[in-house]
Amino acid sequence: MKAQNTMKLTIESLSINEGFARSVICAFAAQLDPTIDVLSDIRTALSEAVTNCVVHAYKNGTGAVYITAALYPDGRIRIKVRDKGCGIEDLQKAMEPLFTTADGERAGLGFAVMQSLMDKVTVRSKPGSGTTVTLEKRIGSTHEG
Amino acid sequence: MPVTINTAPGSLTAVLVGDLDHHSAKPIRERIDAAIAEHRPTELVLDFGGITFMDSSGIGLVMGRYRLMEELGGKVVVDNAPTTIKKVMRLSGIDKLATINYGGADK
Repeated sequence: MKAQNTMKLTIESLSINEGFARSVICAFAAQLDPTIDVLSDIRTALSEAVTNCVVHAYKNGTGAVYITAALYPDGRIRIKVRDKGCGIEDLQKAMEPLFTTADGERAGLGFAVMQSLMDKVTVRSKPGSGTTVTLEKRIGSTHEG
Repeated sequence: MPVTINTAPGSLTAVLVGDLDHHSAKPIRERIDAAIAEHRPTELVLDFGGITFMDSSGIGLVMGRYRLMEELGGKVVVDNAPTTIKKVMRLSGIDKLATINYGGADK
């Protein structure tokens, strides 16, 4: 299905940009007239994906985070968050709830939150070359059912 | 994110306002932990009434404070949590460790 609208955003993997990325995706998704709950789900999932780039992908510095989103006529949004960072060695383990490799107080729930809030989550990763997380959700309230 | 600390005998309340994410979590954590070290309360109340957004970074914050308060023989209560963060709270199982009271204004 051809997208009815698309957007691209490239940000530096700085934590201050997490909120910026959330604001942009909310403003874009608002075109499909989502409920507050659905919008909250999308911005929370996006926040987890972008935070992973900041905390994990470029853990020894910063790099670019490429966010693209597309709205489809059937009321779906598809968001891709891509980095060219370290990649994930063991994807299955990384997606286990409560597993984390990060220092500090990361709960290890990033992927679990994405999976619970979105309809579909796809992760592709290659160690040494980067990770792409694809998030998909039906948001058009008139299209549900 | 501004954090206001209020103390009463045995109790310490941290009032949080704004977005609770990975960016804001560290300074909040440092502020609360310094206040806990100073006052050594038996109850830590995290007032989420002014929270406009929270992701799993907020879970990390609550879990970490739970562990700290457990060492002190105390407990953690989250007050006025907005219902928009209910899904993330439940998913994490944090509601089994700390008392979560909903009823914050949804922003």
